[in-house]
Amino acid sequence: MTIPENPLLTRSLLYLDGVAVSFDGYKALRGLSLMLEPGEMRAIIGPNGAGKTTMMDVITGKTRPDEGDVYFDGRHNLLQLDETEIAQLGVGRKFQKPTVFENHTVSDNILLAAKAPREVFATLFGGARAREQETIDRILETTRLTDHRARLGGALSHGQKQWLEIGMLLAQDPKLLLVDEPVAGMTDAETAVTAELLREIARDHSVVVVEHDMAFVRELGVKVTVLHEGSVLAEGTLDQVSADERVIEVYLGR
Amino acid sequence: MITGRFLAKLDRLGIAFIILMLAVAIIVPVLALAIPAKSAFAIPPYVVALMGKYLCYALLALALDLVWGYCGILSLGHGAFFALGGYAMGMYLMRQIGARGVYANPILPDFMVFLNYKELPIPWWGFNFFPYAMAMVMLVPGLLAFAFGWFAFRSRVTGVYLSIITQALTYALKLAFFRNDFGFGGNNGLTDFKDIVGFNVQADATRAALFSISAIALVIAFILAKAIVTSKYGKALIAVRDAESRVRFLGYRVENYKLFVWVVSAVIAGIAGALYVPQVGIINPSEFDPGNSIEAVIWVAVGGRGTLVGAVLGAIVVNFAKTYFTGVFPEYWLFGLGALFVLVTLFLPKGILGWLSSLRRKPTPAPPASLAERSTIAEEGGSAQ
Repeated sequence: MTIPENPLLTRSLLYLDGVAVSFDGYKALRGLSLMLEPGEMRAIIGPNGAGKTTMMDVITGKTRPDEGDVYFDGRHNLLQLDETEIAQLGVGRKFQKPTVFENHTVSDNILLAAKAPREVFATLFGGARAREQETIDRILETTRLTDHRARLGGALSHGQKQWLEIGMLLAQDPKLLLVDEPVAGMTDAETAVTAELLREIARDHSVVVVEHDMAFVRELGVKVTVLHEGSVLAEGTLDQVSADERVIEVYLGR
Repeated sequence: MITGRFLAKLDRLGIAFIILMLAVAIIVPVLALAIPAKSAFAIPPYVVALMGKYLCYALLALALDLVWGYCGILSLGHGAFFALGGYAMGMYLMRQIGARGVYANPILPDFMVFLNYKELPIPWWGFNFFPYAMAMVMLVPGLLAFAFGWFAFRSRVTGVYLSIITQALTYALKLAFFRNDFGFGGNNGLTDFKDIVGFNVQADATRAALFSISAIALVIAFILAKAIVTSKYGKALIAVRDAESRVRFLGYRVENYKLFVWVVSAVIAGIAGALYVPQVGIINPSEFDPGNSIEAVIWVAVGGRGTLVGAVLGAIVVNFAKTYFTGVFPEYWLFGLGALFVLVTLFLPKGILGWLSSLRRKPTPAPPASLAERSTIAEEGGSAQ
């Protein structure tokens, strides 16, 4: 498979072009095109059913699109890879519903996510090395979970689970983080902490955040892409897109 | 080397279990052989054989717990691996009969002479050689599990569908082994064994030795299983059980994780079957019956899934009850077994072992973790679950 000659593509970290997905005739994505530069943090907003989660499913290999191109890091065709291979390339994902390993302790959750050989025999014979332990300690500190390290994932509060999952992403140390509605169901105080966490992460990772919460998006202060009915409606700063006639129409109803 | 490092990881229950099993491996043969039969402490030979059988079932339960308890693969066909190991041992024992059979053919077992075989079929070659037979005890179930798992896990067959295929696997093998022209003794299976590595299988001393070997095999398998589930691999395995797709998005090859434990489990089940056959004196296609595999699932559920020791406990308790009740009320045993499964599922979802450990924990004050939880909830205005 030859990669199309395209300077935009080769410079990008994530490149989606004309992606279309339909489920039993329902068009979840119709010609979605999006480009993310290395190191960029991007917020994606849009009403329910705009295709935000489907987009993440396509990028992570969970859903195969009917049409379109998806490239990562300017050279990897993600449509030819499965979830494991995409994750190993350096794409991390946080789900909408926090999914931590409920029967593992907080620190084991991070250990499992931590960047390390993933082959069966490597994990069978290699224990947690000192370097991994340092990483775990640092991430527990960042995610404010140091005091909870020995508790089971399932015993954490909703907000703590979200932070643990962000911590797992950090441990994975991916080039690109996809974060789906990180503040859904959080209190205002927790939301503020989460925004701070994500900004911290964005310093040395590229991040795509899908979010409903406008106040939270404003707090992030990054470029915003508005999705509507499976394609991009507007792109720009939050103030620019909020002033856009079509965005107002979509959000306020016809 | 690896064992030594993992011994440090054993919990108190695990150490107690190992000590108990090793003690049983020594004491039972002593009581069976060295004590005069009239003494109150003497163990009659048939009891030794019966207990040896329980230990083989316990080994099968341990194998099943490894895949079901730790990886969430509910196998309803583990009896197939057990029976294949048993057949491999049976074939060795058949070849040892030699010219002592009814037809006195030095090469061909009786059933082959009866069915007009002219020469030994290729699958039987080498089975007169003990190390080869023992290699087959592990290789045949292991390779079958590898082939089965390779396709099933790669195609992401999970849950009920996987359970149904495992059931079909053991049923298909049962039908195949029932056929006379399949070459493994058909309906009657393999029996009339004479000796094993030169010792008479019927002799009390051989019985006692087989019992001890079964207990030691159980200890070794337990240490191996414990080493697997406490390693980082084991943690990933539990994660696969609880949230499979999440593990995939972390970059783990879930199918390889499943395949490894599945093959290890099948090999342990095969060894269990191989130890079982000389102690019961027969192997026939009914060992492939799906009902046997389901019974093994009940042992694990009764004892406590995902605990290893619980699986062993469940196998021994249920089979002891089976021996007792089939003696006292033979016609009601199956109802009893069904009721036991329903009651355990309803009232002891974590099995006997889970129930015992919850009893033990109750009197102690709430652990610090729950205190910490309460204070966090207070801080955050009660958003915790």
